[in-house]
Amino acid sequence: MAMLELKNVHAHYGKIHALKNVSIKVNKGEIVTLIGGNGAGKSTTLKTISGTLKPSSGQVFLNGEDLAKYPAHEIVKKGIVQVPEGRRIFGQLTVMENLDLGAFTSKDKKKDAQTIEKIFELFPRLAERCRQVAGTLSGGEQQMLAMGRALMTNPKILLLDEPSMGLAPVLVDNVFKTIKILHAEGTTILLVEQNARMALKTASRGYVIQTGKVIFEDDAKKLLENEMVKKAYMGD
Amino acid sequence: MTKAQSLWNHGVKIGAIGGVSVLIIALVGMIESFGKRDIISGILPMGIAMALIICILVAYIAANKTPICEKSVKFANAVISGFVTSGFLALLVAIGRSFNIRDMFVGASPALYKALTAGIAGAGGIFLILAVGLICGIFAGILIILNDLPRKLIINALATIFVLGLLQELIIPIFKSWDFGVTNYLGKLFYTQNGLTIFGTVLAAVIYCIISLLWKANQDTIKTTYKDLPKGTRKKVKTFGFFVLAVFLIVLPQFLGLFLSEVLTIVGLYILLGLGLNIVVGYAGLLDLGYVAFFAIGSYVVAILTSPEIFSFGFNFWQALPIAVILGITAGVMLGIPVLKMRGDYLAIATLGFGEIIRILVLSDFLKPWLGGAQGIGAIPNPNFMGFQMVKPQHIYYLILAGCMLVVFISIRLKNSRLGRAWMAMREDEDVAQAMGINLVATKLFAFATGAGFSALSGAIFASKIGSVYPHSFNLFISINVVCLIIIGGIGSLPGVVVGAAVLMGLPELLREFAEYRMFVYGAALVAMMLLRPEGLWPEARHKIELHGDDETQTQTAA
Ligand SMILES: Nc1ncnc2c1ncn2[C@@H]1O[C@H](COP(=O)(O)OP(=O)(O)O)[C@@H](O)[C@H]1O
Ligand SMILES: [Mg+2]
Repeated sequence: MAMLELKNVHAHYGKIHALKNVSIKVNKGEIVTLIGGNGAGKSTTLKTISGTLKPSSGQVFLNGEDLAKYPAHEIVKKGIVQVPEGRRIFGQLTVMENLDLGAFTSKDKKKDAQTIEKIFELFPRLAERCRQVAGTLSGGEQQMLAMGRALMTNPKILLLDEPSMGLAPVLVDNVFKTIKILHAEGTTILLVEQNARMALKTASRGYVIQTGKVIFEDDAKKLLENEMVKKAYMGD
Repeated sequence: MTKAQSLWNHGVKIGAIGGVSVLIIALVGMIESFGKRDIISGILPMGIAMALIICILVAYIAANKTPICEKSVKFANAVISGFVTSGFLALLVAIGRSFNIRDMFVGASPALYKALTAGIAGAGGIFLILAVGLICGIFAGILIILNDLPRKLIINALATIFVLGLLQELIIPIFKSWDFGVTNYLGKLFYTQNGLTIFGTVLAAVIYCIISLLWKANQDTIKTTYKDLPKGTRKKVKTFGFFVLAVFLIVLPQFLGLFLSEVLTIVGLYILLGLGLNIVVGYAGLLDLGYVAFFAIGSYVVAILTSPEIFSFGFNFWQALPIAVILGITAGVMLGIPVLKMRGDYLAIATLGFGEIIRILVLSDFLKPWLGGAQGIGAIPNPNFMGFQMVKPQHIYYLILAGCMLVVFISIRLKNSRLGRAWMAMREDEDVAQAMGINLVATKLFAFATGAGFSALSGAIFASKIGSVYPHSFNLFISINVVCLIIIGGIGSLPGVVVGAAVLMGLPELLREFAEYRMFVYGAALVAMMLLRPEGLWPEARHKIELHGDDETQTQTAA
């Protein structure tokens, strides 16, 4: 059984039909990527998973359980955490406070302290700046913080919405390296990207979404070879 | 930018802004009506002091904004600005003396011209105004050129004098109430019947300078000594500090007369209101403009339950109080539910409507048999504390003090709690807060409910203090006052609420002349705050960052 499964999901914003019959599976321990152009419905897909937008029809399952009955804040407790598009860190708060808020659902202070240690190991830069106001961090550091904040809950599955957006090439490499490290440590990841080449190189499987419909799904390697995908999303 | 451009852009233009400001306060009659009170007896009336302050401040800003580093240019800009500012006043006097402009500007009276020209007729008076403007400009220019230390000393010493003059009605009775030979002597030394003595003025400035120099010289050693103290001792010092503060607050009304105690209770009620709204606006970031509704509910519940006028429930204050607070909280939740999805401006408008609805309901003829309509409800008994009737404002003061202590305590605990963190996250970014697992519905309703409870508490005390409630006591301006005092004090800051309430509610009571210009002054103060000190008079120590390493606070949050 897949860890996360979207089954024939439709989603609407008022009259706008943003997702049309989307079905996606993520198995435990996988990195799966969802690629597509601007406005294709990638973020909307993540919203239906994290519960901030309820599907108008279709279901989202976590380990076989339908998530429809849970409000968004309960879904976090189930182990699904999202790193939102554009990072959206709490800019007026310090790095440490941001991380603390990431652990909002956790009741175990000792474990939180250990998790913070782990996150600081992963992102030593955050440790150096833990008392700095987050809004003054650089773009790359903010992305680290956004990821660190999400990791505070020790999620079962991590949803990343365009983590490489707006970063310099070196930093983009760093982000993907981090994703690989997290994966190696056992985190399951659903990675939304416009940077299709990097995403497909990192992931094991991939879905391509266009105007709210999944148009391809395959092993990442095969999608990398796919002429259509190459032309449309990798500028070849 | 060339020098000539800067002289025009910064000197003349900013000076003109100052000129217009001074013209406004002159034409609305402030200079004249504040002219009856002297800052320095017989020399400096308050109205003129205000004009001088504006003139100097604007000249200072003109110099400060000058992008050219050369001191001569900055100095020149200050002088030009001061001169231009006074030019506007000179023009007003010249025109006003020859034509009648009172039809348009009621404030443009001969008394105003007399005050502005120090009674000198003819061209001499106008030259005097210009000369004073020039001097203000030169003074501001000198301030700019000076080093930090002397500049701060001069500015603060002048501010001290101004504040001492401003608060004379507060300070003189305190001197008198002690009734020792020494204090009477001190009172006479510093103050005349109206304003500071010249000797007192100089002495105050000198004393200020000495104290601040001593502090400057020793602050580092004091701070490090304090830091180096063992933790136990440090805690003791803190406890002692709180003890002194508590004693001060407890004995305070004994020194203040009836009038000042009355002022103090008004400030206290607004502190209670402010602390409540601070949770909604400051902590949770929800702009609530209908806050007065809960104040009204608290008042009316106490009135209905305790007054024999409409029903004879025969409750006493202490029985009615918890009911008032609980109903206030319920109303808070009921307001909260329909506006859950609203943000920012929409929320402000919706809550504003709620406040008006409550007022109009209370005023309505339909509900008159229960709420008394426009006549309100009277004959509310004073609270009785263990057989002691709390009649005088001095007695009510203790009730309010206890309320404030309780509310401050709850506020501090809430702030460091899980709920407090949820509010903080929600204030920053609702969507992300939800994505972090925060229940937005519950978190928002808690904020509305807590704020409403505090407001109802304040209202309950208000009703039993005044002895009667009327619909018109609960108008929109109360909500606006509370929002203003929070912004002026510093959003989210507890000491800020106290300072804001003291400045916005206390000062106007002490300076009766203010009453007429209250809203005008609020508006000006808000604009000035946004420009000069947007974080408020006593901002929240946003940097509990430093505290974070401190194990004291950590145990607190863990507890
Ligand atoms: N809050 C919203 N209200 C209305 N339409 C929206 C909203 N968010 C997204 N959309 C629309 O839904 C479609 C998919 O958007 P989105 O999922 O954000 O795209 P992507 O993340 O792939 O760039 C777009 O056509 C977009 O305009
Ligand atoms: Mg998107």
